[in-house]
Amino acid sequence: MEIIAKLSILADAAKYDASCASSGVKGRNSLGGKGMGSSEGMGICHSYAPDGRCISLLKILLTNFCIYDCRYCINRKSSNVQRARFTAAEVVELTLDFYRRNCIEGLFLSSGIIQSSDYTMEQMVEVARSLREDHDFRGYIHLKTIPDAAPELLALAGRYADRLSINIELPTQQGLQQLAPEKDANQIQTAMGDVARFIQIAKDEGRSQAARSIVSLPGAQRVRRAKAPRYAPGGQSTQMIVGADDSSDAAILQTSSGLYGGHQLRRVYYSAFSPIPDASADLPLQAPPLLREHRLYQADWLMRFYGFAHQEIVLPGSAGMLDLEVDPKLAWALANRQHFPVNLNLAPKEWLLRVPGLGVRSVQRLLLARRGRSLRLADLQQLRTATAKVLAFVELTDYHPRRADLESPMLRQQLLQRMNNGVVQQKHSGMRLPDTGLSAKTAQLSLFDGW
Amino acid sequence: MAMKKETSSDASNAASSVLSSEFLVIELEQPDDFDGFRQAAKVLLALRVEPHAVRWRFCQPLTKQMQAQDLFAADEAGSVVGRALTPDALEQLPLPPAQPLRLGKSQLSTMRLACCHILEGRFALCYRWLYRLQADPRLRLDALDSDWREIERLAKAAGREIHKMHAFVRFRPVPGTETPADAQPMQMAWFEPEHHVLRAASGFFRRRFPNMRWAILTPQCSVYWDLEQLLMAPGSTADQAPGPDAGEQLWLTYYRSTFNPARLKEQAMQREMPRKYWKNLPEAQLISELVAGARGRTQRMLQI
Repeated sequence: MEIIAKLSILADAAKYDASCASSGVKGRNSLGGKGMGSSEGMGICHSYAPDGRCISLLKILLTNFCIYDCRYCINRKSSNVQRARFTAAEVVELTLDFYRRNCIEGLFLSSGIIQSSDYTMEQMVEVARSLREDHDFRGYIHLKTIPDAAPELLALAGRYADRLSINIELPTQQGLQQLAPEKDANQIQTAMGDVARFIQIAKDEGRSQAARSIVSLPGAQRVRRAKAPRYAPGGQSTQMIVGADDSSDAAILQTSSGLYGGHQLRRVYYSAFSPIPDASADLPLQAPPLLREHRLYQADWLMRFYGFAHQEIVLPGSAGMLDLEVDPKLAWALANRQHFPVNLNLAPKEWLLRVPGLGVRSVQRLLLARRGRSLRLADLQQLRTATAKVLAFVELTDYHPRRADLESPMLRQQLLQRMNNGVVQQKHSGMRLPDTGLSAKTAQLSLFDGW
Repeated sequence: MAMKKETSSDASNAASSVLSSEFLVIELEQPDDFDGFRQAAKVLLALRVEPHAVRWRFCQPLTKQMQAQDLFAADEAGSVVGRALTPDALEQLPLPPAQPLRLGKSQLSTMRLACCHILEGRFALCYRWLYRLQADPRLRLDALDSDWREIERLAKAAGREIHKMHAFVRFRPVPGTETPADAQPMQMAWFEPEHHVLRAASGFFRRRFPNMRWAILTPQCSVYWDLEQLLMAPGSTADQAPGPDAGEQLWLTYYRSTFNPARLKEQAMQREMPRKYWKNLPEAQLISELVAGARGRTQRMLQI
């Protein structure tokens, strides 16, 4: 099979995985090297597909042959999809060629499982090894590891890769049992634990080496410190499929929270279950719940950057589901109005972060500015933030909202209207929401109107 | 500098003769000449020259021809030419003793970025803020000051353009540039930045591709990497850059295959990859075809 045909099959097979980031590796370039590649901390999205997703890495499978039969997966054994397999050398060549053209930041390599987990893992590690050692490639490498591969292979993978990820696939053990009977939730957790441990060891080693100072005697040859072994400096991530089973948002966020805390995951990606060709009959045949996925990302953000606990985000009385109509921070504020208004001149940082419409950067600016003087309404306008939303929940030197407005049962409706029937939401989610009746159902299905 | 050792009264006499003119014209070397701006601003601040008394002009890169960038230059051309000063000439002025203005690292880099913006008044804006800061040091902390927010806005736009340039520059091999010694052909890209960011953006490519000969052509100026140094050259036209080669089909195939039609979100794509970049992105030619086919493809998946 020609390389172009393989690429078409094996890129198509990889497109359902949501993770893409190429960030998290600081200061690396090719000056003084023989090959090419750099990474400057912030990831670069080199292109965007019409589905709005960024293209940062060459995301492909080594092969889409698979001995497993996970129901949600297009590559499962029982699927009629066309099969292909790259050689390691072909993947290396493609990566280098795309990189040279400045189309990508590096490689995201995943694979169906062939022969055995160890065999598959060995092949993936060989691609990464060849890129790093044979070609001195210093771009980004993300390997999707196979949970039940030998720990030695996991250890080797992290030497070459910037990031490792192991997909948890489904938020609950029951879900996994039902849809991916050959996968073992415990094994996934164990593998994640192993990776977390390797990362920690490498970090500690790096730190203790930096702390040890080297003293050279006069006239002695300068001693160069041996480099601490590298291990997945970009951390580890995972992906969860949303909407394939009936797990609630509360269950999803609880699992995420456990992963962030327990295995220090850098990111949890949420992937709205997407219809696939030749789908298994016991899966929902519907449009992917993109708005739900968007709300989960917003909630995830609240946990990672805004000091929210997962239990707070999904509100009581919501049957464990996030509000699709308003963002989770606004939903929380509407349900907890006793804490508002927040005085922007006096409140501590953690409370500024709870104000709907104020992002982390806006909060930093406000804190800085208020050290010099007191904040007024005009200052808020300088932030160019979603002022309508913010004003309902804050007070300033020359602005005091009326208690009655804040307590009004109409507030939610008023805010929705003031936010111009979802223009702000559209901007943030990149989704076209219907002009009237922002009801969750229509919003979710808007892509498929008139079917 | 020797002249600076004069007494302060001599200094202010000499300086005041320069300042007796209605306004000064400062001539910068490049549209993004932040170092020149900084050098000039230091002197102007020490002389307490008010913002409305300074006009900023700059040469186009690599030509000495002055552009009529200054709003007042046209009607007062004759008088302006006689009084135009370069930052180096300004340095020769004797200065009264003054406290140097200290800025934070991030404030400095924000201003540097803002000066790459296409906005005509960028240097004037930055100077005005510096002048106000000198008068009232509390401004340093005022992250919400309207001049400062405007500078940040320019910096953000220019920074975004640099980031997009890092992302969207597409190198293509130049046919016939392979030599037996190094089998790799030269890689060349055509790019049309909205702001004056080529210089600021090229260090990135140097760090990324030091072992590859490459060039980026833009309408304003061009940059070459010859495996040893970055060379600036005059602007070019699109037809001086190579067209698509056979290998590009692989990239187009990848772009086509990685798109999931069930998730079509054109708005999200356009927010991050605005149309102005499309004409120089090879994969963008596929967008309309992919969008048009998305609904049908998804429908077929849902019907099975």
